[in-house]
Amino acid sequence: MSLFSIFNVAGSGMSAQSQRLNTVASNIANADSVTSSTGQPYRAKQVVFSAVPVAGPDAAGVKVDQVVEDASPPKLVYDPKHPLADDKGYVAMPNVNVVEEMVNMLSATRSYQNNVDTMNAAKTLLLKTLTIGQ
Amino acid sequence: MIGKLDETLRFQETALSLRAQRQQLIASNIANADTPNYKARDIDFGKALQGALDARASEASPGLTKTSAVHLSPAGSIGAGDAPLLYRSVQQGSVDGNTVDMDVERNQFADNGVRYEAGLTFISAQIKNLLTAIQG
Repeated sequence: MSLFSIFNVAGSGMSAQSQRLNTVASNIANADSVTSSTGQPYRAKQVVFSAVPVAGPDAAGVKVDQVVEDASPPKLVYDPKHPLADDKGYVAMPNVNVVEEMVNMLSATRSYQNNVDTMNAAKTLLLKTLTIGQ
Repeated sequence: MIGKLDETLRFQETALSLRAQRQQLIASNIANADTPNYKARDIDFGKALQGALDARASEASPGLTKTSAVHLSPAGSIGAGDAPLLYRSVQQGSVDGNTVDMDVERNQFADNGVRYEAGLTFISAQIKNLLTAIQG
């Protein structure tokens, strides 16, 4: 029954978008983390989505294929009093662009809402289907 | 008699299955709105319905051999598997190669949902008609 697999499709979309939201939260929270367990400044993380077949070839769900780290160089901020400043007085700050992350957050939220709406519509249709002949 | 019942409900049943299939396709498009290089897909509903009705009418049963003339012919299965999956033409392209336009998809999703409900209403009315004919 194809309407049931809409739940799988929209559900996969929701979990992928929530994982994206999770990385955004992690990036924003760590926007000022100048060091980490590796001793390097935090690097922004981004999710990569890919389409996966769900319940047959023509229904494509989403999964998070991989989480990649932003390769752009860390922002150098001049602050000679900082304990982690190098000999020239520069501190390497995380390469998180907060504006980009906020936009990413809005986009993920809207996509999540779209999937929820899809699921609700499918549920309404299924419930209506059960009333055939009554 | 059962054959006649099947005959009566065939059109709406086929249409409803195809509507459900299309709803699923559009749900896939919506779920993959942010997937790089995903291409939005859809079926041509009119052609798909015609194809499915033709397939059922011809009652082709490739897998079964009839050893007696009174054996029943299995009804062909319905599905968009027969209808070609088309790709939506792009109105505004995006850098990541994704062709899902959320306005179009939401619009089609709502439209298809309403038509599915209309199909349900038609089937219910047909069943009511039959019941009236039986019970008087």
